[in-house]
Amino acid sequence: MTNSQHQRTGDRAGVVDAVEFARLREDFPILDRTIRDGKPLVYLDSGATSQRPVCVLDAEQEFVTGHYGAVSRSSHQLAEEATDFYEGARSKIAGFVGAGRPEQIAFTKNATEALNLVAYAFSNSAGYGAPADPSSPFALGPGDEVVVTEMEHHANLVPWQELCRRTGATLRWIPLGDDYRLDLSTLDEIVTRSTKVLAFTHQSNVLGTVNPVDLLVAAARRVGALVVLDACQSVPHQGVDLAALDVDFAAFSGHKMLGPTGIGVLYGRYELLAQMPPFLTGGSMIEQVFMDHTTYAAPPQRFEAGTPVVTQAVALGAAVDYLTDVGMPAIARHEAELTGLALQELGRLPGVRLIGPADLTDRGGAVSFDVEGVHAHDVGQILDDAGVEVRVGHHCAWPLHRRYGLAATVRASFALYNTADEVGALVDAVKDSQRFFLGAGTTAAGGRAS
Amino acid sequence: MKLDQLYQEIILDHYRAPHHRGLREPFQAQVHHVNPVCGDEVTLRVRLADASDAGSVVRDVSYDSLGCSISQAATSVMTDLVIGRTLPEAFAVLDEFTEMVTSRGTIEGDEEALGDGVAFAGVAKYPARVKCALLGWMAFKDAASSAVGGTEVVGSNDEGAQR
Ligand SMILES: Cc1ncc(COP(=O)(O)O)c(C=O)c1O
Repeated sequence: MTNSQHQRTGDRAGVVDAVEFARLREDFPILDRTIRDGKPLVYLDSGATSQRPVCVLDAEQEFVTGHYGAVSRSSHQLAEEATDFYEGARSKIAGFVGAGRPEQIAFTKNATEALNLVAYAFSNSAGYGAPADPSSPFALGPGDEVVVTEMEHHANLVPWQELCRRTGATLRWIPLGDDYRLDLSTLDEIVTRSTKVLAFTHQSNVLGTVNPVDLLVAAARRVGALVVLDACQSVPHQGVDLAALDVDFAAFSGHKMLGPTGIGVLYGRYELLAQMPPFLTGGSMIEQVFMDHTTYAAPPQRFEAGTPVVTQAVALGAAVDYLTDVGMPAIARHEAELTGLALQELGRLPGVRLIGPADLTDRGGAVSFDVEGVHAHDVGQILDDAGVEVRVGHHCAWPLHRRYGLAATVRASFALYNTADEVGALVDAVKDSQRFFLGAGTTAAGGRAS
Repeated sequence: MKLDQLYQEIILDHYRAPHHRGLREPFQAQVHHVNPVCGDEVTLRVRLADASDAGSVVRDVSYDSLGCSISQAATSVMTDLVIGRTLPEAFAVLDEFTEMVTSRGTIEGDEEALGDGVAFAGVAKYPARVKCALLGWMAFKDAASSAVGGTEVVGSNDEGAQR
């Protein structure tokens, strides 16, 4: 079996201390580069996209230079080998997120496409003009409701808005509380018998808040709604067992978990995938094609129309190997340490308001903040000048920002290759931005317009 | 340090004490522009001396905005440069400013034509900030274009001229 040729990164299971994590930095050559005028790179934007270890590129190179061919289409030896690599990657990724069988994993372009795939399955089940089969779990129409939350990334909000627009269903949402967590006090009024889908994020990409999946799944189960989990910010940072979480669907992106761009993952409960209509159609997703109609392949091929993202899948498989070798519990602990430090250090800077829970309870490593009197864009520019790369803006969660009266925030986000010194560099640069724009104790007039 | 080229004193001065800020009446057109990347916003009104004339003098530009130092200062500088000029003159300055900030640093900008606007030459080296510098200018372009032929709005009812 060709997949066994894949080089593991070495037995790193059990590394836990900061020294070992600092050593992992050698696996990420980009971390050695400098920014602007020779400042060492402090990469704190892994929440947007993570950096890649060499072994991921090596896996891609080994596959492309040694085993590449058309998957699942030809019967020559290269096609067989390529198919083995591709399906091997699917199995690894399935194992990584607790999917019982590899067929529960479909590859897409990114998480956004995976979420759209599910949303389109609902409107496609209506059968173009014909009413939806009411017994289908994907039947949706006027009177039905789709529930999301106020903290969603646009990727898990706009597709549902659009689905409601196409079907006549109504969009509702669980509000955010002042404590930067979902306000579940009226959950039973929002998730009702009319609810057909409950879509929410596992971990907020802005607040860091980890949502109570068990409570939300229970609420959906009580009313027979399907659960869609946006796992983009959880899967890269903690061990996630989607089967144990009991969600119906989940989506995440390769490029946020040390893997390549151009690949996303849709996880689904198999019985549901088997009943789900396709999103994109064409080659490779068919069972039989006639001039006037087509029958579809079983999952996951039904959801992978056209030549699939083979090279990216192989590379993502290598990223999953790397994460597994380091160990997700160790990664979660390491990132929690950095997050705790950042919360503590930033939290005690005068004029800095943390936008997210202030302690580590049910909280991951996205640390967003507002610097009073200095626009996030300007803070980001000063940080960049110090080599500290963070994200500024609304982070594709505009309604969340509006909820807290903010136009934009600064977000530092961590990955396994970050260090405590880098948190120090962040804090120093934030102080620099205050000095630069506010001087000695003055407040800029223009920071927030009337 | 490069940062001083970006954040020149003139820019910080305009940021701290913006010119012509606030929404005034009358006006013939009002627009609302946002930068979808960062959520910065500007509501901007244009009052022409003679709305029936495409060569009219710009009598006033008033605005309310939310944004970073670059976008706030650029809007402030823009009002200095266009108020009192004819529309063709104002559009010519707009083109020159746009050319400078999108030049990636290859065009310095003519101080004669751009006044304080030349301070934004440094922005050209930070492509991510170009949109910030242009937010107010693009709002002006939009509002000024629709002010021609527009009717005067007084009495603070935003509707009608809002687009
Ligand atoms: C919580 C969350 N959901 C969805 C996405 C969308 O991911 P992608 O842009 O890779 O489709 C992101 C990342 O941008 C995210 O952080």
